[in-house]
This record gives sequence, structure tokens and C-alpha cells, in this order.
Amino acid sequence: MNNVNGSVVGSSSGSGDGSAPRRNSKRPKYSRFTQQELPACKPILTPKWVISVFTLIGVVFVPIGIASLMASNDVVEIVDRYDNVCVPPNMTNDKVAYIQNNETDKSCRRTLEVPKHMSQPIYVYYQLDNFYQNHRRYVKSRNDAQLRKHSQENETSGCDPEKRTKDGAPIVPCGLIAWSLFNDTYIFAIGNKNLTVNKKGISWKSDRDHKFGKDVLPKNFQSGPLIGGGKLDDTKPLSEQEDLIVWMRTAALPTFRKLYGRIEQDLNAGDVITVTLENNYNTYSFSGKKKLVLSTSSWLGGKNDFLGIAYLAVGGLCFFLAVAFTIVYLVKPRKLGDPSYLSWNRNPAGH
Amino acid sequence: MARGTRRKLHFSKLYSFVCGRSKFEVDHSQIGGPGFSRVAYANAPDCSEAGNLNYGSNYVSTTKYTLATFFPKSLFEQFRRVANLYFLFTAFLSFTSLAPYSAVSIIIPLIVVIGATMLKEAIEDWRRYRQDIKVNNRKVELYHGSSTFGFTEWKNLRVGDIVKVEKDNFFPADLVMLSSSYEDGICYVETMNLDGETNLKLKQSLEVTSGLQADSSFQNFKMIIKCEDPNASLYTFVGTMEYEDQEYPLSPQQLLLRDSKLRNTDYIYGVVVFTGRDTKVMQNAMNPPSKRSKIEMKMDKLIYLLLFSLVVVSSVGSVVFGIISSDDLQVGKVKRWYFRPDDSSIYYDPKRAAVAAILHFLTAIMLYSYFIPISLYVSIEIVKVLQSIFINQDIQMYHEESNKPARARTSNLNEELGQVATILSDKTGTLTCNSMEFIKCSIAGIAYGHGFTEVERAIARRKGSLSIENEQSKENHEQAKPAIKGYNFDDARIINGNWVYEPHSDIIRMFFRLLAICHTAIPEVDEETGKISYEAESPDEAAFVIAARELGFEFYQRTQTSISIHELDPVSCKHVEKSYKLLNVLEFNSSRKRMSVVVQDDEGKLLLFSKGADSVMFEKLGKGGRGFENKTKEHMHEYADAGLRTLVLAYRRLDEEEYKSFNKRFMAAKNSITTDRDEKIEEVADSIERNLILLGATAVEDKLQNGGMKQIIITLDGPEIIHLEKDGNKEAIAKVSRDSVLYQINEGKKLLSSSNTESFALVIDGRSLAYALEDDAKNLFLQLAVGCASVICCRSSPKQKALVTRLVKAGSGKVTLAIGDGANDVGMLQEADIGVGISGAEGMQAVMASDIAISQFRFLERLLLVHGHWCYRRISLMICYFFYKNLTFGLTLFLYEAYSSFSGQPAYDDWYMSLYNVAFTSLPAIALGVFDQDVSARFCLKFPMLYQEGVQNLLFSWLQILSWMFSGVCNGLTIFFFCTTALQHRAFRKGGEVIDLEVLGATMYTCVIWVVNCQMALSISYFTLIQHMVIWGGIALWYLFLLAYGAITPTLSTSAFMVFVEGLAPTPAYWIITLFVVIATLLPCFIYLAVQMRFFPMHHNMIQWMRFDGHADDPEYCQVVRQRSVRPTTVGVSARVDATVSQLARKVHDMVHLPP
Repeated sequence: MNNVNGSVVGSSSGSGDGSAPRRNSKRPKYSRFTQQELPACKPILTPKWVISVFTLIGVVFVPIGIASLMASNDVVEIVDRYDNVCVPPNMTNDKVAYIQNNETDKSCRRTLEVPKHMSQPIYVYYQLDNFYQNHRRYVKSRNDAQLRKHSQENETSGCDPEKRTKDGAPIVPCGLIAWSLFNDTYIFAIGNKNLTVNKKGISWKSDRDHKFGKDVLPKNFQSGPLIGGGKLDDTKPLSEQEDLIVWMRTAALPTFRKLYGRIEQDLNAGDVITVTLENNYNTYSFSGKKKLVLSTSSWLGGKNDFLGIAYLAVGGLCFFLAVAFTIVYLVKPRKLGDPSYLSWNRNPAGH
Repeated sequence: MARGTRRKLHFSKLYSFVCGRSKFEVDHSQIGGPGFSRVAYANAPDCSEAGNLNYGSNYVSTTKYTLATFFPKSLFEQFRRVANLYFLFTAFLSFTSLAPYSAVSIIIPLIVVIGATMLKEAIEDWRRYRQDIKVNNRKVELYHGSSTFGFTEWKNLRVGDIVKVEKDNFFPADLVMLSSSYEDGICYVETMNLDGETNLKLKQSLEVTSGLQADSSFQNFKMIIKCEDPNASLYTFVGTMEYEDQEYPLSPQQLLLRDSKLRNTDYIYGVVVFTGRDTKVMQNAMNPPSKRSKIEMKMDKLIYLLLFSLVVVSSVGSVVFGIISSDDLQVGKVKRWYFRPDDSSIYYDPKRAAVAAILHFLTAIMLYSYFIPISLYVSIEIVKVLQSIFINQDIQMYHEESNKPARARTSNLNEELGQVATILSDKTGTLTCNSMEFIKCSIAGIAYGHGFTEVERAIARRKGSLSIENEQSKENHEQAKPAIKGYNFDDARIINGNWVYEPHSDIIRMFFRLLAICHTAIPEVDEETGKISYEAESPDEAAFVIAARELGFEFYQRTQTSISIHELDPVSCKHVEKSYKLLNVLEFNSSRKRMSVVVQDDEGKLLLFSKGADSVMFEKLGKGGRGFENKTKEHMHEYADAGLRTLVLAYRRLDEEEYKSFNKRFMAAKNSITTDRDEKIEEVADSIERNLILLGATAVEDKLQNGGMKQIIITLDGPEIIHLEKDGNKEAIAKVSRDSVLYQINEGKKLLSSSNTESFALVIDGRSLAYALEDDAKNLFLQLAVGCASVICCRSSPKQKALVTRLVKAGSGKVTLAIGDGANDVGMLQEADIGVGISGAEGMQAVMASDIAISQFRFLERLLLVHGHWCYRRISLMICYFFYKNLTFGLTLFLYEAYSSFSGQPAYDDWYMSLYNVAFTSLPAIALGVFDQDVSARFCLKFPMLYQEGVQNLLFSWLQILSWMFSGVCNGLTIFFFCTTALQHRAFRKGGEVIDLEVLGATMYTCVIWVVNCQMALSISYFTLIQHMVIWGGIALWYLFLLAYGAITPTLSTSAFMVFVEGLAPTPAYWIITLFVVIATLLPCFIYLAVQMRFFPMHHNMIQWMRFDGHADDPEYCQVVRQRSVRPTTVGVSARVDATVSQLARKVHDMVHLPP
């Protein structure tokens, strides 16, 4: 294909063949590569292969499934939805007005019963529903440079509309994510004894160390006319504001949990936990739910039966298929070379 | 149907008075006027007038681009593709804030993809450039003044330079010849590079300059040449030469063209008139028409389909997005307050939801660009180039004798080679070697020559009448005798001078004398051995001269006016020299079908020797010359049946008076410049070719190529062979009206439909074909032709060949392949979907017009069955796979976007996405396209019915494509839903951390990479080290990338920082989710494959089974498999003879010959 244009002019190399003695043979050099004869393994799906693959999958999947299920079963999880109940009865018709009113008392008391022994650490989560942290406008509304370094606090690009205060001073941390920081608070007690919630180390270490600067202090945060969510302690650098760090890791799906803290003591079955919470965060506007979750964890994480069941199902299916194929192979052995397999022989006229 | 007529239709302009045809003659008065403005000042290139003319240099560039034009031109080429244009569009958009990802991440893949294609273009052009440099730096002797010539490079030549070209060198530019080493200023020129003709042409300088034979003669040489402007016509030239104050007209006879070669002449001197681009050969140079394969055209449709679905999906998303957005802010009531819908940018503004939706549409168009495989085009191009290299490198398609490997001149059509449904083949030179052997003759009614032809042997073998011993003994005999090319005559009565004792020795003598004289060959004497070889214009002509030489009539010298031969004198039994004065040559042409010469022997007797096709020659015989007409006819029938080409030889004596009057009229006709000049010449010639005396007939065999058609016909049972013959059929059809042809076609069709079991061959000749190809008849003809197992079109013109090709191509809608070797096949080769040129003896014309050149017809089998099949499979699988992998990926993106309320948020990091096509998944696909083999070459050849997969397009049918796409969609769905459900909102690791966007993206992406690469591993069944490397390497590369990308500073890696090290790798859930998703996603496909492989195997599966079971070498078993797929067709060389097979052929044949 390279000689298309040069054909007429360039063919001199070949034109002398008629009479001139051949100096160089154009015989292609033999190599297994150029002759497409490389050593190759050519597996085909023989019954032996098919059955052993199915069996192998079954053998691997079923134990994993059982292990996963067991792990999931070991996890004790307490979920309590409180957004609808933590509204005074007179306000149930206009929850949005209730939540947006700064004057009213937002505190609310819930009691949770521990169904099974929970060994520490017990993770405290809040769960939001129908909250699109993964919306493009929301995800992009932050400025990483500003979060990282004090010197770049003027970097507020992408943070619209929570960029600067009216007089032009940069908001730190800027952007919609920070602005809409979750601000419900929980205080746990068993009887009269308060349970301490450890809020240290609930964020990813890499975030604390590399993404949120130790010298970046909040500035002009939530000082605008419209206040979104929680406020920050202006004296603590961002790297220590773990609630913010957790919140800033945008969730992947509209239903998500975020770590609130850890309770570092065992809870016994039958313990009744009293939760005093501040119902500050507005999910009523967009009919989202709020839930409080207490959960232990296993090697697989939280309570999730899906993986175990799925593994078991696929493993079981594979065992079944292995058996089924074995039977079919035995009952209906392939007639060797049966030409009726050849699809075009069935309609000789072609297409 | 004897092959009696001569093949070459246009005879060489060998002899001087043949040249300078009237139609080329242009009034010399035009010179200096428009179109005829060129002036060359010979030997004074530096004088002021010459300087003003400013003609281009002799530098010739065949490159497509120059440094300056490369970028704009090749970019333009690139963006003519819709898909690329689309990507360019998205690249531009990506700079706006509409883009869902960073601009760099979309531009880099685009640059890589476009850059790779451009690099390929650049490399190809660089090669051409190197070739140019080689040509331009060839050395030629240039006159430097002061009587000396010195070497200089071609590129330095200017118009007006005087050059000296020595024997066997190419002319550096178009030259006007001044003189040669011969006294009379003639020289011989080979023009193979120009028109593909291998014969030598004679050129002659003007008499006034022919004396300038020494370097010193140019001391004070001055000359002005005025001539036409550069043009592409190789056979015309008009100019005048002003020399010594006299003007002389110049004709093509003085023009030596660039790239033709000086032969048989020691040197010539010439003046450069056209240089570089202006030379005729460069004016002629053009690109072969570019063809596109059916698969690629279908692929374009697919791209359009995808583009369309992309628009649909985007607009659905946009509408939903618009509705949701506008819902956020209603009458002052803010819903999703965290987006600040009251203070929104235009892209999300609920108050202008319609505008936001339209803008979102553009975003979505960008986001879903992953539905369209950006790297598909470039991958296909890379793959095809590599495939062509494999074709070129195939040692089994290398022909030792001619030192020619196969050459894929274009790589566009590789996969089309696997889909050929109809083969249109030229016969002579394509199926045969085009090396003629003189094998038999009939002289004075007695047949001489014992040789068996291949056709006779084949028939005999079929009938079983010829014992093998007999044949073997014959072959032994053959080996014993030193083989002389072109000569295979054996008859004790004739050879070694024994003919003297035959009854009609005088006639025999005249017969051989005729063979030695009546031709246009040029002898070449080997100076060392004294042996004589011949430069003949056609191989059968050479065969005659060689036969004459071997039988004692050695033609050894030709001058302008005489022919000298060594002749065996019957009386003295000694070789005596005889010289014949050559008076006239009455040239051959296709309407005359004969050639004659008038000579005067040394006794002064005038003789006219004539040879020609039987159809014309018998009419020309005089009363006294028909002595053994019947006997000769009988012999000729036998020869024709044996597949030999026959010619009738006859002569007559002329008396002085008759000749004189003839010569006068003949010269007058020659010199006339009216339009009917040719007819006049013919008329005059006709007047003297009368009353001939029959001598006999010759029979030459055009040998079939090694392993030629018999094998092909047996193995290629699928394709129908439509056979276009140039000659054959001796009984000319006087008048066949259109009606009768139509009637016959209808009859033929009835016959065809009434019988299902027999197969038919259709024979149609050129004249009937002319009617059959007319608009109203051609569809009928096509139906008939398609119904027949083979169709033989004899005596069809190049144009008819092309027409038949077009008819078949358009009518059947299937892939046609034309194969031919000569200039007359060019039309057919270019018309067919694939043109295969045989780089044989007939020059380069066919090769230049072809897409793929092979040196032997038998290589076609390997080309189609092995390379064609592989390429077809590879390309179609690769394209399907590309669409599959991009759909899988694109669908996860789409689903995720749906979960982010259609905001255009991609699930993955920018760089994951942009590297998907370029790095992680492309190499396996390319490896598939280059290396995959469903079955090995041996089995491809052994089971030719495998080829049907391509003919019926089983691997690239819509069903196949759509099921791949469906599989892509399903895989995308399962990956997304399994991943999201498994990860959910709960903690996914011991530390209680929950998933975020980054973790979900990376996990899902890992699954996609695994799934598409494993899918690749599932769909191929051929693993070399390369496959393992690219497939598993692609996956490993992803992990490495994830590591590396996560390790760099978060300024660059943003949210992907340390995702793998911190978040994924230490998390068991990540690994077991990957395992589960990959297995669960691929399980349905695996089940399907297992069932299909076992219970509904495709053909290649069958053969894989056979190889696996070890049955492949069991001949009986193979036969069973093979036979079942063979349609009961019998097509053969001997169809005409083998009457039982081709009833229809006979009928049509007969009917054609009956007067209506």
C-alpha cells in the first residue's frame, strides 16, 4: 500500500527482472511470527473444560458466599428514622417552615433498644435519602486548592454561588458542598450515663493529611444572608474539622451514609439508648429522609446480605449447571462431524 | 471454439512505417500557439531566453504531502469521517464549562488517535519520499560543454540539456533523440513501466542528427526544439526542431520517454524536452481508485446508528434533567436547596429549564461519546496494515521462479478477501502461464507431433482411458530431453532434419521458412555462447520462431529492411545463410486476424507469407491452394479440442507487376492522412492476401499454471467461476439479433429451473454478450448466469469484461473478485470489489490497477481461503468487540448519570475514561485483529467450506452485531447494578468507612476492565504469548495506572488521590466484589458459548472439534465432512468436451450458432 503513488516511477526496482540477473531474492524471510505459526494454545470449550469451570466457580463461590453471609449476620445494626417524628405535632403540615425557623427549639429525643450485643467500635452514621451529592453542579462546587493551602484562600473558582461574601472576601471553605454541611447533632446516653462519641479519625487519612490544610482556617463561612447548613469552628484548621472532611467526600448515590463518630464501648443486648438530637438539617424541602444508624462492622464492612446471597446463588447455579451439562453431555453426545450442524447446509440456496 | 486467433490486439509499432498514425498527426503549424508553447534551447540551458522559460526541474515527487501541506491535508482527511468529526466537536465543546470532564482528558485520546493515523500516513509518505530520492539521485551523463560528458544526478537535469544514456539504463526525462550507436539512428526501447508491454519498441532519430555519434560532435551544437505542452498521451508528440537554420518536424518516433529503458543499443544522445512533473509518465501517474470494503461500509452504518442512539439517549436525559431542574424552584419554593437553584448558573437554572436542558444535551453528547469507539478507525487501520504485511510476508505465496512475493497494494480490502462470492477470471496468462509451447503442427495434411497437452491428459484421466504408466513414461521422456522454453515438439519424422525425407518436403520447408520470417520478433545474440534468443511481442510468436530455430531455420538477424536466417538446405543437408529483403509488413489487428509479410528472397522472387486465424484464412485460399484443406481442418479441430491455440499458415508468390501496383497503393494508403486511413490500408492489404496456398496449421499450448485451475475449482466449491475468455469460438456468428439472444436466455432459464440436480455451465461469446448486457436483457442474463455453475464468456472485449463484472456486482450484491494479468483486464480489476493482478509475463498494467498482486493463480487459493478467511474473521470480530466494549462502558456511564438526576456527572475520573479506549482495552482488540486464528492455515485449506462463513457473512451479520451489542448492554447493566447493590450506602470495610463517588467509580471501572478483557479471552480461541500479554497486561496496566495516578500529588490526581492504596487494596470487599461481578457478568456468555460450541457449532467450531478429537488426519472422516458441504457442481476446463456435464452449455452454444 505504500507504493501506490510511486508505482510508475518507482517500479524500476522490479522492472529489471526480465533480463538483468537477479541480485537479491525477494523471498520473504521465514520466521514463525511472519508466517503466523507462533506456538499457541488453542483451548476449546470441551465438556471437560465446561464442567470443570462450572465446578470450580461453584467451589470457590459457595464458601465465599457463606463467609460473607456470616460476616453480614455478625453485624448488628440499629436504624432509626427521625426526620418525620422530630417535628412538633403542630408543625407537621409545614415542616419546611419549622426547620427554617431559627427561633424554635430543634431538639428531639429518641430511644433505641440494642437488640444484640454490640462490641466496640460501634459506628454512628447519619443517613440521608434523596440527597443528590453526586449532582454535577454540587460535585464541582468546591475548590481543592483553597482547601489545601492557606496561601490559596483566594482561589474560589468553581465555587459559585458560595464564592465570596458581599464585600468580596473569599469564603473558606467555598462552594455548595461545604455550604450545605450536615449539622444535626446526636448525644447518646444509656440511662444517665453519657456515651462518648469519638469524632477523631472518622475521615480518610489521606484527606486529613493532603487535601485539607493544617493552616487553613474557616473564614467568612456561613456569613451570607442565606445559611445552608452547619457552621465551623473558626479556630480549628480544616484538617481537624472531620465532619467537614467526611461531608466533602461526595457520596456516589442519592442514598448515602456518612460517619458521625465512634462509640468505643460495648453495648449489651437490651440496653436502651437515649439519643438527644438537634434536628437542624433541612431535608423536608426535597422530601428526603434522615436516619440515625448505629452499626458494628465486620471484615466485609456493614450489614449487607447481598454479596453473600449473590455468591451463594451464582455458586449454586454453577453447581447446577455442572450437573446439567454432565447429564446433557451424557444423554446427547455430539455426533462427530454431523454435517447437519453446518448452518448453511440447511438452506442450500444461501441467503 | 478453437483458440485460433491471436491474443494481442494491438501490435507493436515495431517497424518504422507502421508508426506515425494519421490520427496523431497534428498540424505542425500550431507549434508556438496555445498548447504548443514549449521551447527547449538545446545545449544552452543558461542562455537568457531559456532562463526566462522557467520550466520545472527534473525532480519528481510522488509523495502525497509536503512538509507544508502535511498537517492541513492529512487532518482534513481525518476529519472527513463522521466519527472523527464528532470527536472534534466534543473536543471543542470540552473547553466550555459544559464539559463533564476536563478538556485535556478528551483531547489527549483524540490526539493519540489522530496522531497515530497521521503517523502512519507520514511513514508511508516518507517511504515514497525515500523512493523519490533514490530515483532523483540516479546518475546520467550530461554534456558539460567542451566535448565532455560527466555524470550528474537526474534531478539536476533541465530542459535543453544534452544527455547520453547507455544500454539498459532508464531515460531520466522525456528526451528528443538525436542519435544512437547505430548508423541509422535507431534504438530499441522497453516501455514496461509505462504501458506494461514487454516487447521492444523501435525509435529513430531524424536523419540530420543521426550523425552526431561522438561526444565531440556537440562542441558547437545549437538547436531549438519547439513542441507541445506537457500532456498525458504516451503515443503522441508534436514538435519541430530548428537545427542549422532549418526546421524539421518531430514525431513520437523521436521521443524517448522517462522510465522507459534503452535496450539492445549501446548508447543514445538526446535533448531533454520535458522534465519532472511535465514528463508523460508523471502526467499519467494517478492513484488507483480507492475501494472500501463492505464491512467498513456496514461499520459506517453502525456508527450512524450509534450516533443516532446517542442523540436519543442524550435527549431523553436532557428532557428528564429539564423537568427535574425546573421542579427545584417553583413559585419561590426551593426544593433541593443545596444546589442554590435561586442563584444558579445558566446550565442548571430552573427558571430557564429549557435552555438548561438544551445545554445539558450538549454535555450529554460529550459524556456519551464513549458509546462510539474513538480508537476504532485507527485500530482498524493499524490492523489492516499489519495484515497486509502478513500477506506480503507469506512464504507460501512467494514464487521462486519469478522472484515475486504476494503484494497487497492496498490494505483496505483484506477482509473482503474472505467474502468473495464470485470470481471473474481472465484465462490467458492468469490460469495459464502465458508461456506458449509449440507442440503440434499439421503440414500438407499430415499431423506431426506426439505431445500430450495438459487438457488431453486431464480428460483422459477423467475418462480413465489413459494409463498412468503411459503418462509416466512420457514424463520420463520429457525429463530426459533438455527442455527448451517454448518448444515441446517431438516427432522423429521432422526433427533432426528428417523432414527432408517426408513426402511434401518442399511444403514443410516453406512452412518453417514462414515461421522464421513472418513475425516481428527481434533476435538477441548472446555474445558468449552464440545462442540466439528472441524478443517477441507475444509468447506464441516467440514459440514459432523458436520452433523454426530448433527445426533448422534459425532466424538470427533483423535489420530495417531484411531478415536473415540459417536454413537447412535439403539438397546439401547443410545450413546455409539466407537473407530475405523485407518489403512490407501487413500488421496484425483484431479485425484482420492475420498478419502477412512480403519478402524478396535472394533469387529475387517475391513471396507473401501469411498466418492467421482459421476463420479468415480459409476464405483467402486460392483454388490451387486448397489441396489439403479438409485434412487440415480436421486436425485443427483435434487441436482445438486438446486446448491448443491454432493458426493457419499460407503463402503465395507475387509477380513484379502485381507487387509494384500493390506497393504503390499501399504506400499511398499509408501516407494518407484522412480519417479512413486504417480502412484504406486494410483494403489494400486485403487485395493482396488472396489466392493463398495452404501450408498447414500450427498448434501451441498455453500451459496451465502449476496446480492451476483444476485444484481451485475443486476446492473453491462456493464461488462460481465466471470465466471471461478473450478468445475461443472459431465459428464467427454472422448475425445474432437481440431477440434470439433473449429467447435463448429465457430457454436457458427454463432449462435451469426444470432441473435441479445437474449443474450447468454457460458459454457466451462477445457478440451475444453485447446484446445480453443491454439494459432490458441484462437482468435475465444475470439470473441465468447466477444459476449456472460456471459461465464462460469468450471473446469479450475489456469493456465487456468490466460490464459483466459490474452486472454481477450490482446484480448479486455480493463480493466479486476479478483476477487478470493483462492490460485488457484493467477495467475488470477496477470494477470488481477486489482486483487481483497476476504479476506474470504480461507486464505491470494489471498489477498497477490491482488491489493485490500475486505471481501465480494458484496462490489465489491461499490468499482467499487462508488470509481472506482470517482477515474477515479478525476484522469483523474486532469491530463487534469494539462496539461491545464501548457499549458496556458507555452504559455504566449512562446509568450512573441517571442516578445523579441526569446532571451529566461521570462515574469515573477523567483520566480513567480517556485511557479506557487508548490504553486498557485497545491492545487486545488489535491483537485479535492481527493474530487471531480460528483454525490454522492447514485446516483453512483442507476445509474450504469454512470460507462460506465469509461469503454468507455469518460473522458480521446484523444478528451477530446486534447480539454483541446486546451483550454489551447486558454487561453494562449487570456491572452497574451489581456494583451499586453490593456497595450500597453501608460501610464497605472494617474501619466503618462508607463508599464515595471515587470508590464506586474505581470499583466499577475495575469490573469493566476485567469484564471486557475476559470477554475477549472468551471469544478467541487462539492464545499466543502476545494474546496473554495484551489481555492480562491490559488489566495489570489498569492497576498500575491506578497506583501511579493515586501516588502523585492530589493537585493533579484530585479525588483519585490514594484511592487504591488507601481505599481499595486493603479492602476485602473490593476484591470479592470484583470477582463476583466479573464472573456473574460473563457467566451467561460462557453458558451460551458452551452450548453453542457443543450443540450448534459454527463451521470453524466443527473444525476445532475435529482437530481436538484428532480426527483431522482421518481422511475418510474429513471426506464426509467435506463432501456434505460441497454443492454438486462440476466445473472444469473440459466442460466443452465433457458433453455430459454441460448440457446447457451445449444448448446455448448450439443455439447461438444457429442462424435465427
